[in-house]
Parts: sequence; structure tokens; C-alpha cells
Amino acid sequence: MTVFADTWAYLTDGANWSGDAGLLALLLQQLLLTVTALALAVTIGLPIALWLGHLGRGGFLAINISNIGRAVPTFALLALLVTLDYPGTETFGPYGRAGLATLIALTLFALPPIITNSYVAVHEVPAEVKESARGMGMTGRQQFVRVELPLALPLVASGVRLALVQIWATATIAALVAGPGLGRIITDGFFRTNYGKGIAGAIVVAVVALVLELLAAGAQRAVTPDTGSGSPRKATTKSQPATG
Amino acid sequence: MSVTLLVEAAPQLQSAAAAEPSCYSRLVNDWVCWQYVADRREELVDATIQHLAITLAAVVAGLVIAFPLALLARRYPRLEATILGVSTGVYTIPSLALFPLLVPFTGLTPTTVIIGLALYALTVLVRSMLEGLRSVPDEARESATGLGYGQTRLLYRIELPLALPVIMAGLRVATVSTVALTTVGSLVAYGGLGNLIKDGVSTNFRAELLSAAVLCVALAILLDVLLVVTQRLLTPWTRGVTT
Repeated sequence: MTVFADTWAYLTDGANWSGDAGLLALLLQQLLLTVTALALAVTIGLPIALWLGHLGRGGFLAINISNIGRAVPTFALLALLVTLDYPGTETFGPYGRAGLATLIALTLFALPPIITNSYVAVHEVPAEVKESARGMGMTGRQQFVRVELPLALPLVASGVRLALVQIWATATIAALVAGPGLGRIITDGFFRTNYGKGIAGAIVVAVVALVLELLAAGAQRAVTPDTGSGSPRKATTKSQPATG
Repeated sequence: MSVTLLVEAAPQLQSAAAAEPSCYSRLVNDWVCWQYVADRREELVDATIQHLAITLAAVVAGLVIAFPLALLARRYPRLEATILGVSTGVYTIPSLALFPLLVPFTGLTPTTVIIGLALYALTVLVRSMLEGLRSVPDEARESATGLGYGQTRLLYRIELPLALPVIMAGLRVATVSTVALTTVGSLVAYGGLGNLIKDGVSTNFRAELLSAAVLCVALAILLDVLLVVTQRLLTPWTRGVTT
């Protein structure tokens, strides 16, 4: 297949990696966007979800927000945000044109997995454990910080991991509305019938997605206490540098 | 001469302006415009039908492949880890990257979109089928064996019905996300309503954009409701229990 020969040629040509529109620059752009959006979503979503989970209220909202998020196509939301009129400049810092729309869309899409998982994580802490904590004379705050949070951490981490991979994937779609990121290589290759280039972009995106997934899985394992032998407390204290 | 021409042209221009819908034209670009929906009804209906067809084909294909895979994974635990690992891997590949990877094999056809979406649906479905089959109580299985049920009858008469709620939950997730993902198929020109969204972005046509997006969400909700109703009908014994 000549297409794959083209792809290989594109990927191995150093010139395609360097420069402002090179693979490396776009990759960094997309990573920056992904990290910013994840940070925003965690800052907004995590406190709300953990607090609601602690109170045991708002469960209906927390669960259904993720169903709604699934039904709204990323592409449609991105398209709507791009077409909206924004106050101020059309360019948005290092993110380029359409960057603000992408950032908003990515943050919105990262919220459902973070909120749902965090809420469920805190809410599902066994009632006996919560009662024992109260029996030991812990205040609501102590109970939350010392008991619920450590027990909820693995599930919270899995929500953040899901969000990370989802953001990366969504950031690619931004190219369909002339947004920033690696998706540009793909759409560009397609619309100019340079399939080798398009597929090269797709491969880079897929490989980074897998790397991110593996890294996130490693991080999640680090915050997950050993359920088998060793005491869970030891495991959580050991993993603290990784989370900080 | 030129004056008469102008005079003659004027009423025509006016009538054209009057016929032009008030909410979309070169000067007006409203988000909500029923006139647009009425004028381009055919286009919208065609896109919706294409969207529905692609979604259904993908989900059904995913279902057909997921079932034997789930059975195999259940029988051979070593295979289970592989199948789950590969399916997680597939799910991390962004759809915009997956479609181009398929194009050399299937070209710019609906097949490309359907295969890609079926792969995504498959990963969700295999998981939920395995979980569902695992949720069947051992007592139920043992009683059935005691009653003389064979492997096949056990599967179809006891295990599948009991696993149905979990499988249906997976099917709902798969269907709703497939409806949303179909829009990305506009990359290869077969994205159903996604094609209209893409056109709306490139021509900055807000009415087209919003109408297509709303239809897309409505389609997802409609299919979800249909699946919930189907599940109620298929599993009368769970009525009253919230899933």
C-alpha cells in the first residue's frame, strides 16, 4: 500500500516535526490545551462533587450530568462555541484561533466523568466506616478529610484519568472547526487528499493517547492502596509524592 | 434607458427581499429559525435518516461481534485480559484519528464510519456483557443445571435474561455515544447531521448549525428512551426497581 509508504515517509522526515506548524509544535499545543482544560475541570468539578458526595445530596444531578454529557456531540458543542460572538480578541494567548472555544468545550467535557466518579466515590464509602468515624468523635470535616477522602481516592483518580484521555481525544476534533492541535495534520491531509499525512497525524495522536492512558493508569495505581496484603495506610502515605 | 431598467428592476428586488426569510440571509444570522427548518426540511430529514442508519448499523454490528467475544472471554480467562486490554486501547484512540486509519481499507464510504463506530460500541458492549453474565447469581445457575438445563438453554433461558439489565445499561451508553460520535463521520463526508454542522461552521450559518445539533441530541434522547421502554418490556420482573 503506497499510503503507508507515504505515512512512513512523512513520519520519518524531520522537517515535518519542526517548525510552527510541525508535528512537535502541534503536539505541545494540544498537550498544553489538554492539561489546562483538565486543571480547570478539576478545579471546578472536584470540590463540588466531593462536597455533594460528603453531604449525600444532589446525587441525581451528579449521575445524570454524565448522561447528558454523553448525548451532546463534542463536535456540535465545539461548532456552537466557535460560531458564538466573544467579547474581546479573536486570538487567545498561546492557543491560537478558536482556542478559547476549544478550551471551554474541553473543560465542559471533562466535567462529567470527574463529577460523577468523585461523587460516587465519596458517597459509596461504606456506611459502617462513616458511622465508626462519627463514633470516634470525628467532626464532619475530619470524617471527610481523614476517612472518606482516602477511601474515595482510587475512584476519583479513575475519573480524572478518564477525563484526561477524553480531553486529549476531544482536542483532536477541534481541528474540524479550525482549532489548535494535532487534528489539523489529520484534516489537512484529508482535505488535500494527502492521505499519508492524515494517517501520520492519526498515528501520532493515537500513540500519545495510549501513552497518556498508560501514564494515567500508572498514576492511578500509585494512589490506589494495596487491597491484598499490606495496610492501606502505608500505601497511601507512600504515594503522596506522586499526587502532590 | 438605464433609468427604465432600474425602475423595472426595483419591484423585483423588493419582492425578492420580502420572500427572503427574516431570520437567515446575508445580513441576518439568527440561531433559532423555523423558516430555515421549513425550507430545508428535506435536507434535515435526509441527514437525520443517514445519521440514524449509520448509528443503528454500528450498534448492531458491535452487538453481533461483542456477544461471541464476551462468551469466549468468559470461557477462557486468559483471553479475557487480552480482549479487555485491546478494547481499552481502542477506546483511547480518538475518533478523528480512527477514521483516517480505516480509510486506506474502506475508502470514503459509510462503511468507514460504521466500522469505526462499531469498534467503539464493541468495547463498551463486551464489558457490559461480561459484567452482566457475571452478575447472574450462582444459585440461579445451579438450580437450572439441577433442573436439567444444558449449556445452551442455560445461557439463553437463564443467564441472558438475568444479565439483561446490565447489558441494556451498556447498550444505552453505547447507543447514545454512537449517536454523538457519528457527527465526526463528517470527516469522510458521511456524518449524518454532522455534515450539516460542518457546513454550518464553514459558512457561519447559525440556524443550520443549531438545528442539526438539537436534532442530534434529540435523536440520542429518543433512542435512549426507546431502549429503556424495551428493557421494561423485556424484563417485567424488574419493574418498580430503579436501574
